[in-house]
Amino acid sequence: MTTTQEPTVNAPAKPTAGYKYIGTDRKRVEDPRLLVGRGNYIADMKVQGLLHAAILRSPVPHARIDSIDTSEALKIPGVVAVLTGEDCKAHMNPCMNFGPPTIAQYPIAVDKVRYVGEAVAVVVAESRYIAEDGVDVLDVEFSDLPLVTDPKAALEPGAAPLHEEHGSNLAYERTFEFGDIAAAMADADLVVSDTLHWGRSAGMPMETSGAIARPGNNGVLEVYCNSLNFSYLQFLVAGALKIPSNKLKMQPVAAGGSFGSKFTAHKVPTLTAFLALRTGRPVSYVEDRLDHLMNSDHHASDRYYEARMGFTKDGMITGLDIDVLDDYGAYLQFGTGTHGNALSQLTGPYRFRNARYALRAALTNKCQQGAYRGFGSEVHNWVLERLVDQAATKLGLAPEDIRRRNFILPEEFPYKIPGGNLYDSGNYPAVLDKALGMIDIEHWRKEKARLREEEGRHIGIGIATTQERSVFSSTEFWFWFDEPAFPITSSPESATITIDPAGAFQLQLHCQAMWGNSPETVATTVLAEEFGVEPETVNVSYADTSRALPGTGPGGSRFTVMVAGAVRGASRKLKKKLIDIAAHSLEVSADDLELVDGQVQVVGAPERSLGIPELAGSAYFFALNLPPGMESGLEESHTYDHPYTTLPAADRSDLGVFYPIMGHACHIAVLEVDPDTGQTSFLDYVAVHDAGTVVNPKSLGGHVTGGAAQGLGSTLYEELVYDAEGQFKSSTFLDYLVPTANEVPPFRIGHVETPSPYTEFGIKGGGEGGRMVTPSVVSSAIDDALAEYGMHVQQLPVKPADIVATVQNARAGQ
Amino acid sequence: MTTTEHQAAAVDTETRTITLRVNGRDVSRTVETRTTLADFLRDDLDLVSVHLGCEHGVCGCCTILLDGESVRSCLMLAVQARGHEIETVESLSADQNALHPIQEAFAEEQGLQCGFCTPAMVLRCKEIIEDGKARTDDEVRHEISGILCRCTGYQNIVNAVQNASRKLGGKEAGA
Repeated sequence: MTTTQEPTVNAPAKPTAGYKYIGTDRKRVEDPRLLVGRGNYIADMKVQGLLHAAILRSPVPHARIDSIDTSEALKIPGVVAVLTGEDCKAHMNPCMNFGPPTIAQYPIAVDKVRYVGEAVAVVVAESRYIAEDGVDVLDVEFSDLPLVTDPKAALEPGAAPLHEEHGSNLAYERTFEFGDIAAAMADADLVVSDTLHWGRSAGMPMETSGAIARPGNNGVLEVYCNSLNFSYLQFLVAGALKIPSNKLKMQPVAAGGSFGSKFTAHKVPTLTAFLALRTGRPVSYVEDRLDHLMNSDHHASDRYYEARMGFTKDGMITGLDIDVLDDYGAYLQFGTGTHGNALSQLTGPYRFRNARYALRAALTNKCQQGAYRGFGSEVHNWVLERLVDQAATKLGLAPEDIRRRNFILPEEFPYKIPGGNLYDSGNYPAVLDKALGMIDIEHWRKEKARLREEEGRHIGIGIATTQERSVFSSTEFWFWFDEPAFPITSSPESATITIDPAGAFQLQLHCQAMWGNSPETVATTVLAEEFGVEPETVNVSYADTSRALPGTGPGGSRFTVMVAGAVRGASRKLKKKLIDIAAHSLEVSADDLELVDGQVQVVGAPERSLGIPELAGSAYFFALNLPPGMESGLEESHTYDHPYTTLPAADRSDLGVFYPIMGHACHIAVLEVDPDTGQTSFLDYVAVHDAGTVVNPKSLGGHVTGGAAQGLGSTLYEELVYDAEGQFKSSTFLDYLVPTANEVPPFRIGHVETPSPYTEFGIKGGGEGGRMVTPSVVSSAIDDALAEYGMHVQQLPVKPADIVATVQNARAGQ
Repeated sequence: MTTTEHQAAAVDTETRTITLRVNGRDVSRTVETRTTLADFLRDDLDLVSVHLGCEHGVCGCCTILLDGESVRSCLMLAVQARGHEIETVESLSADQNALHPIQEAFAEEQGLQCGFCTPAMVLRCKEIIEDGKARTDDEVRHEISGILCRCTGYQNIVNAVQNASRKLGGKEAGA
């Protein structure tokens, strides 16, 4: 098996100079409908005879369910049914699961509950109001079990097991070592170490997850939902429901934000489908905010690190040694894929060859973990940058200098990192230089000293340089296991372009795509570039699973790259057909024709041309005008596979290429901290990103900004808290603090473009944006502002009380 | 042993007939007294631009204008709106091909991504421009801070409000 093969598929043509549509700030084609309030979200759908569901959620963290008395609920006029885990056990298989099969999950708890908020019973009624009345009068008796909320305690002998069949609360354990970490540390002049905790937050979109399921014609169950992006995972939902896959039709519905929280969020559509099957009637279930906060399909990373990094006296990194314990909560739907993401950029933008990564995944009485913008790689970025900052301080190097010394240089790409992933291209010094130039770092360093001296203010400057991997390959989900059950290697995206008989364009996408990103803007921009028609004139639709070609949807900053490949591939096929029809009609060779601005013309003689409407007319209505053997119609599809992925080695000494389209970013923040209150405020902030060829700078800037705001939330404000008794303490937006316009500063955005050699147009992903960087740069700036008090951020979020405590302790010791 | 609390099955189904003015049109409906204003607007009047993000008065996605002032429609009962005048974003323009200048400003500045907080932000924008409270970026940030946006990081919304102020050119701006 080779792990360094050259890409043989999808190698793009070299970018041509100058695009007409790509690379300019264009208005989004999604926006007009959203601006008049017609986003067509799941809760906006009206269906005749629709019933509504509400859920009783567990008030206890770990308990056997002894009995559920539904009699009072069923007496309420309008209550149609009450379903419990007993119904799931009798009529369902466990839900889709990419973790160990010994950790099974149902959409309603079976036999016992494992965290506060898990579904215990579902009331289906004629309105949501009546369903909630029904929930209020359910009587449930629980026998409490010993609980575990601390992941370290969960792994100790004698800890109460969450899943008896699994044996212990150690869901998974594995250590990878690449190079020689012992030698790297022994040879280092300086070894820095740190104990770090990244706290639990979540994507927390303004719209929750929801689904409507309706028994349709011919025994087909129709499910409309705003989650579950993989059209190719539909068969797993059918499997859980015990129905044939062709009797389950899932239709994607636009979502009001996801940020990972709706990425393969299977509970809501699976449960709603089950309710419709059991009642034989259309049913809607839309989470309310309490449902979503405590029992969304997943919260995000909750990790405890012991991390070490070796350096020479010149500041060159010799190796990285990570021990990470991840508090995964009660289930493990995604396996440990969030750590696969960390391994894809294990060494960050830096050139060193020795690394060890030891992972333990613990089960505790909390909601399970899953995707949130960064998918776990943003956590690794933070750990890496914490260690580099510490070394810079100890070695007396400026933060930009220690980074610059270790950068992989532009001429070294493609660069294969320890572990096997490959970085396609980059220009890290250019990104750093642009950021330093935008913020005028020397000015702020002088200001910092002056304001401390003259006004007693505490200003900190933070710098972080990080990777933003994009376009995942599905091998990262299973290379953890020596004998994976389903070692999938596909992660495709598809597009279908139809020119209708009047010459107008229809573009169909084959995945759950509109989550607040700009899938239609990107896809129509690429189509426009190919055909020379205005993007706004193209109509976009989304296939349901009875029709869908292979599609994987947004996730891991893949969609722009992948849909561009799919649309361009379909465009090439359709352009060839247009040219062949024109060649036949004009009686010239196809080689002498080109498609320019929506018409096929003779090269050098543009007056001899046929417009797309004329060619479409021939294609649909004048078969005798078509070249012999050509089929009528104008429709082509293309499925674009991952542009560059290789298999892991059997012994996992090399994990293969699985995330090669490598973006990069540098953020610099100037932050003021009040040592007496712990309040922080930004004086300036620049964010420079390299996402390869930029399709729409304004849209990418929006993603960088939105991601940075979320990163700020994870750094300073947002925390999903369970107390020692397992009670959930963050059940409203008054407890879980999403940053408002008062907390988020203006970010000044810059772009550097280093095209990918492997993707169409050289595009790289950029959707996860600022959240990959903000936690690092804000932690760094807080430390810098309060260096005189020995401030050292080791836990996120950093709360004002943490800052004040550090300052007070330092003052008490003086 | 833990048990869930058992309450008596007393379901409130009392109804009232209310008359109010919505987007310039008088409407009269019979509603259950416990129906929230947000649910009434969405379910009875099909004004699905009123989005429910939290239903406990924090996110602001259900913001409407009541007698010209922004309120959270999830915290009011429909019967409390009797005799009042309500505007939703449809009152600016419900035609995707003929946007109101404020909606157009949001499109130009990309002051939205998923669109879920957008109708609330557009209405708040209209209100603060009319009240003369959109003079600086800082002031705009303060005035929109009662509505959560999870996508944009707010800067493009601030830009959209400023753009809209310029478009309206003092015709509507000013206290």
